[in-house]
Amino acid sequence: MSIGPNDPQAGAEHTDQHLGAEEYLTQDSVEEEFLPDGGVAQVAVDLADVDPVLADPEAVAQLVAPDRRIRTEVGAALLRMEAVTMRFGGLVALDGVSFEIRRGEILGLIGPNGAGKTTCFNAMTGVYRPTSGQVVFDGRPLGAIKRNQITRLGIARTFQNIRLFSDMTALENVVVGTDARHRTSVPGALFRSRRHRTEEQDALERGMALLEFVGIGRRATQKARNLPYGDQRRLEIARALATEPKLLCLDEPAAGFNPTEKAELQDLIRKIRDDGYTVLLIEHDMRLVMGVTDRVVVLEFGRKIADGVPAEVSSDPAVIAAYLGVPDDATA
Amino acid sequence: MTTTRIAETAPTAPPAPHLGAGDRLRLWWSALPRPYQWGIGVPFIALLAALPILRPPILTTQGTDFGGVLAQFGMYALLAIGLNVVVGQAGLLDLGYVGFYAIGAYTVGLLTSPDSPWNQTDTWLSRHWAWVFALPIAIAVTAVSGLILGTPTLRLRGDYLAIVTLGFGEIVRLLADNLQNITGGGRGLSGIAFPLVGQTPTRTKGVFSAGNTHLPLNFGTWWYWVSLALIIVVLLFVGNLERSRVGRAWVAIREDEDAAEIMGVPTFKFKLWAFLIGASIGGLSGVLYAGQVQFVSPPTFNVINSMLFLCAVIVGGQGNKLGVILGAFIIVYLPNFFLGRSDLFGIPIDGNAIADYKYLFFGLALMTLMIFRPQGLFPARQKLLSYGREVYVVARRAALAAAGRLPAADEDGAR
Repeated sequence: MSIGPNDPQAGAEHTDQHLGAEEYLTQDSVEEEFLPDGGVAQVAVDLADVDPVLADPEAVAQLVAPDRRIRTEVGAALLRMEAVTMRFGGLVALDGVSFEIRRGEILGLIGPNGAGKTTCFNAMTGVYRPTSGQVVFDGRPLGAIKRNQITRLGIARTFQNIRLFSDMTALENVVVGTDARHRTSVPGALFRSRRHRTEEQDALERGMALLEFVGIGRRATQKARNLPYGDQRRLEIARALATEPKLLCLDEPAAGFNPTEKAELQDLIRKIRDDGYTVLLIEHDMRLVMGVTDRVVVLEFGRKIADGVPAEVSSDPAVIAAYLGVPDDATA
Repeated sequence: MTTTRIAETAPTAPPAPHLGAGDRLRLWWSALPRPYQWGIGVPFIALLAALPILRPPILTTQGTDFGGVLAQFGMYALLAIGLNVVVGQAGLLDLGYVGFYAIGAYTVGLLTSPDSPWNQTDTWLSRHWAWVFALPIAIAVTAVSGLILGTPTLRLRGDYLAIVTLGFGEIVRLLADNLQNITGGGRGLSGIAFPLVGQTPTRTKGVFSAGNTHLPLNFGTWWYWVSLALIIVVLLFVGNLERSRVGRAWVAIREDEDAAEIMGVPTFKFKLWAFLIGASIGGLSGVLYAGQVQFVSPPTFNVINSMLFLCAVIVGGQGNKLGVILGAFIIVYLPNFFLGRSDLFGIPIDGNAIADYKYLFFGLALMTLMIFRPQGLFPARQKLLSYGREVYVVARRAALAAAGRLPAADEDGAR
């Protein structure tokens, strides 16, 4: 274990001759929101200092991917869309879409703009109720289950347009996620019950471990709104993972990323899957989707037009037509 | 290896940030070790408690009794803390908060006033301690009323919720005004019980009686002390809630209700809790009011008072439980400061007129604040983790080391 600043090289990086008294003051209390980002105190936080439990990498790994009771066997369908139709007035956003997400895989859900990807997502996470058809998750139909209960059943998601709790610190954001598994309510918190205290300790440990896992542990005490864009996306993933999901749904996590960041994200998604999570990925970037997914489902105008391994799907004429259009002479 | 490494950004130093006096104070305070915080906090509270005895000439009001003003401040501070839970923390705009204040006060009135048909002082409430026994009952009644108001209305959001709660505040006042057989209507309820303690030949009805006008320990001072003690207890409880799953759920709801719900927060349940807790604290303040004034009547619970409470929260800084107490102080103290004053620093003024126009001045102040400082005078920096201090301490130590200010860090790396 090494603390960043103990390493002479790292120390040299962090030190800036131009730091004024004001910045020292700011750094003292780590109220970094006063500083414009980029110049923010770039501090290495040693997890072991926060909590001795976090010194053990095995413990951290266990915290990131705790044992979840999942009824579905590995490789069997964890979530099934069964002929789901979503109608908004006269608009049919999804038209009898059926597919399955198998436990342990990374499934890509792609399609041109307006194909119904996000609607599909919303139907899964309980934001919309399907007009007809049903969603079955881990052997249980998600009929009239409330959205917060669906999260506790084990579906977590991120948002296409980032929706963090911007006034909270990065750590607090993640801890809201861990709270999905906690049961302390007002009486317990008022009188600081034993359960409350153990849950708070757990929240702190899991929160730090997850921030570390997605690579933004050093940002723990910064306000979410002050994080760089890429870190905000990572924080969303950490917050979703904090709810101990069986299925993690990522809604365009690479939007606005440069190629380097995309490559890092690809690694992160693989790492998440290797930790035993099942991942559903909605993405526009074909290279990312083809590079990371095990299977791809393609939607167009609310209908499923292809379903298979990436190589198969990318050579499917229907998919090519959906993305590139059909030459005039072909239709003639 | 679980150490986080730093990205090499920031090739040049950013311009020095501007820190206000409040921020500096906060930074200084949060960097202090716990014993020092106690060492400063306890004497500070003692000083606050000693204010009505010391009666510093600059602070002391002229037109009204200073102890009485401080007692009123105590009640408003409780109201501000309670309303802050609802508005500041959970982000639910409640314009009818005065309704809970009224329910708390009227519950005590109905249970202990000789004018009330439900007067219990001669039956199971002891004469000496009727007020004390009525206190938990009144809190329970207001909590239930919060539940009754919240259950149907908390499905509404934003402006719609504000309008429904505004209606609730009016309904409570109109009920008090029109249920003449029970509440005495416009005549109100008089002779409400207060704790009968400290009876001496000069203070025949004890220190809490309105008849105790012996300075400096008059009844206002004593009620101020009671409210100060209650404020501390309430602050501890509210602080515990803030640094728990409950407080985080409230802030999450305030920031983005849908995202909170999708992250597994049972939003309806926690909104209801916020309402219930806010209502209880408002009711508690009403109980204090009933005991101190020993008389309740409908005009005290006008909806304009709701706006005044909200003003205290907004001026103080939504979400900051200490800030809203200062907000309450400003709201209560300033009009009373001008009352009966004919000159200020040698300039002749009509203090009574200024005090009469307090709604105008607070309205103007609120508008100015909305334009120049919408976060309030003392904006919130909530700490939402019970054991978060460890993280902040570690991060601070690392920051200091990185800045080369700790000898433990590498000296050569720092320079």
